[in-house]
Amino acid sequence: MANELAEDAAQAGGGAVTLADPEFLVPLRRQMIKFATLQLRDPDLAEDAVQEALAGALKNQRFFGGRSALKTWVFAILKNKIADALRQRSRIVTASSLGDADDDGETFAALFDARGHWHLSEQPAGWREPEASLRETQFWHVFEACLEGLPERQARVFMMREFVGLDADEICKALALSRTNLNVLLHRARLRLRACLENHWFVEGLR
Amino acid sequence: MPSCRESTRLMSEARERALTRGERVGLRLHLLMCAGCRNFGKHLDFLRGAAQAYVPGAAADDEAANPDSTSVMHESDAPTGR
Repeated sequence: MANELAEDAAQAGGGAVTLADPEFLVPLRRQMIKFATLQLRDPDLAEDAVQEALAGALKNQRFFGGRSALKTWVFAILKNKIADALRQRSRIVTASSLGDADDDGETFAALFDARGHWHLSEQPAGWREPEASLRETQFWHVFEACLEGLPERQARVFMMREFVGLDADEICKALALSRTNLNVLLHRARLRLRACLENHWFVEGLR
Repeated sequence: MPSCRESTRLMSEARERALTRGERVGLRLHLLMCAGCRNFGKHLDFLRGAAQAYVPGAAADDEAANPDSTSVMHESDAPTGR
């Protein structure tokens, strides 16, 4: 109801949703904090990154036609702030604070046989028009659930690499990981995420 | 020639470093014969695109805003119909 009013008001005024609107800002800020904390593992650093991102966004306020476009833009700014914070403080996170131990090869055993061939049921299928999925709300629920289903370390390095956009050396330095370790974590994360999307979203392609 | 497991490792690592000549040759040979691994390679591209387009928590918002519809009113460039 309140959301609709805000949107109506924005549309009636011919303007756009703005960050000044608390209905928009409060939940947005909460999501930003959650994400930044996950990446930085430090509530203070996360708070700083979010504050800076919001300040930057307010200073360069632009007009967007809707909430989702504005949100995407604010998160792009936040990504940069997180990347800066990770680069500046090398080894913020010691290996032990990364949480759970990794899956010890469980991923590989589930997907490949002893000779390293795909188990028959795990062989990647062809996905029809995957790009169209990006426009579907339901797809993003599945994507998010699959990400959250990854072991913590895998999710973390995957997002640092593919979402925040750090390069491999930067991630190794930030997390005090060896390059070999990083490669294994990314390989497993990609295998699992792919399989999860296939099983929970692209199933129609399976036949 | 690399196995499927090895080939997926090489395709994954190719996103962080340049593969050696030997690795590239082995991988290419394997892909010629293995549709599953060819699909895996395409899916890796898709994963990167999806991660970049991802906005944390956005799916839940959209649903709260339009509980019973999938229409996205504010996308001015969205075509009407598919």
